[in-house]
Amino acid sequence: MYTASDLKKGLKVTIDNDPYIVTAFEFSKPGKGQALYRTKLKNMITGLTIDRTYREGDTFEPASLEERPMQYLYKEGDHYYFMDNQTYEQIIINEDALGEAKNYLIDNLNVKVLMFREKAIGVDLPNFVNLRVVKTEMWVKGDTSKADYKPATVETGYELRIPPFVQEGELITIDTRTGEYSTRVKG
Amino acid sequence: MARRKLALEQRARIIQKIRAFFSKEGYLEVETPFRIPAPAPESHINAVLSGQWYLHTSPELCMKRMLAAGYEKIFQICRCWREGERGSQHIPEFTLLEWYRAGSDYLSLMDECENLIQTLAADIGMGEKIIYQGHDIFLTSPWERMTVKEAFQRFTKISAKEALQQNLFDEVMVRDIEPGLGIKKPTFLYDYPSERRSLARLKKEDPAVAERFELYLGGLEIANAYSELIDAEEQRKVFESEMETRRLLGKEIYPMPEKFLTEMEEMPASAGIALGVDRLVMVLLDEKRIDEVVAFTPEEL
Repeated sequence: MYTASDLKKGLKVTIDNDPYIVTAFEFSKPGKGQALYRTKLKNMITGLTIDRTYREGDTFEPASLEERPMQYLYKEGDHYYFMDNQTYEQIIINEDALGEAKNYLIDNLNVKVLMFREKAIGVDLPNFVNLRVVKTEMWVKGDTSKADYKPATVETGYELRIPPFVQEGELITIDTRTGEYSTRVKG
Repeated sequence: MARRKLALEQRARIIQKIRAFFSKEGYLEVETPFRIPAPAPESHINAVLSGQWYLHTSPELCMKRMLAAGYEKIFQICRCWREGERGSQHIPEFTLLEWYRAGSDYLSLMDECENLIQTLAADIGMGEKIIYQGHDIFLTSPWERMTVKEAFQRFTKISAKEALQQNLFDEVMVRDIEPGLGIKKPTFLYDYPSERRSLARLKKEDPAVAERFELYLGGLEIANAYSELIDAEEQRKVFESEMETRRLLGKEIYPMPEKFLTEMEEMPASAGIALGVDRLVMVLLDEKRIDEVVAFTPEEL
């Protein structure tokens, strides 16, 4: 059982028997007032998003999902193919159901596929993945305006901002929970 | 942390300027203990345990005891702790500026607030206008003053009274009212329903409201102020009712701050205010997240 103070982006809960994932979360507390936990929740089956506000003391059941360790294989159009690490059975997940996770899928990545009533409805990623920068501007050595991050594209097509010293072709670690650059992978 | 260097340098400057302001205005800087045996009982503010005692959630009670003891103009800048408060505008260990003035009331505190923030903005080279999250906020006097009743009329379809009855007051405040406050000019939201009086005195002409205000800049709540309640009997009742709410919510019950209640008998008519220093720095530096104006967040420790 979760309480309102456990709420955070990515938490999966049961609402009206359906699994929902928290997609946005904001803690607010008007002067001397109650703590309010304002959330956007996405129904993991229908994909519809709802707004809900919770208060201190509210409780939730975790979403009843089965997690199966699988490996990402390849994609064809909107279909992403995964292979069960135990049974070698292959399954397909649609792009819509993957949501932001598609930004981090590189061949052979180990993920947890989330099953609800025997149907794959999404994946859980490792917190950090390494992806190669395929496009970014050159860094001019000695440039003193280096405080600002620059735009870059990684091998999955995902675009993010990275520090100026990272060059095209280098491997970087991305935090999949925030979608942000974490570190450069040396070597 | 490295990328916050500029913000932390500015923060230090702002705090120096706050001290300079109060010293020039004839206030005495005081330091009261962080660890206390009995925090002010408030329904929705939870103290962090420290041994058998608590870390203060604000220096309010101790500073009022100093007022009662004859210190007439005092200020303090200190760390405070509130359990479980974490979000883009909250951090469980934060910095408060509190100041108290004998013989004053909440209306004159509004003027003093204006003066303080105008001075700080000028001191750090901001001039008459600050830009916060895309809003041009003009600091020139007079600032906007809006009663809670007016705010509900202007921004919502229900009255403050109905919202309280339906337990929607906080929700409506956060969702419909706060984002519209302090947008073109800073806003003093004042005259709170008596149910939300906390440690404020009720208005003589209209006891349905308390002499309390909150200051908003760019939708962000910056400060909370009262014409202080100085009737110990009445204060005890308020504390008991807050304690009862805590009990109903299944929260920890704090010991009654008896020494404060006793010494309160000696407290002169006065006004007091707590201003969130981290939030003020956020507004002056146009930062959206409180994380950007502190050296460490709890997650980084």
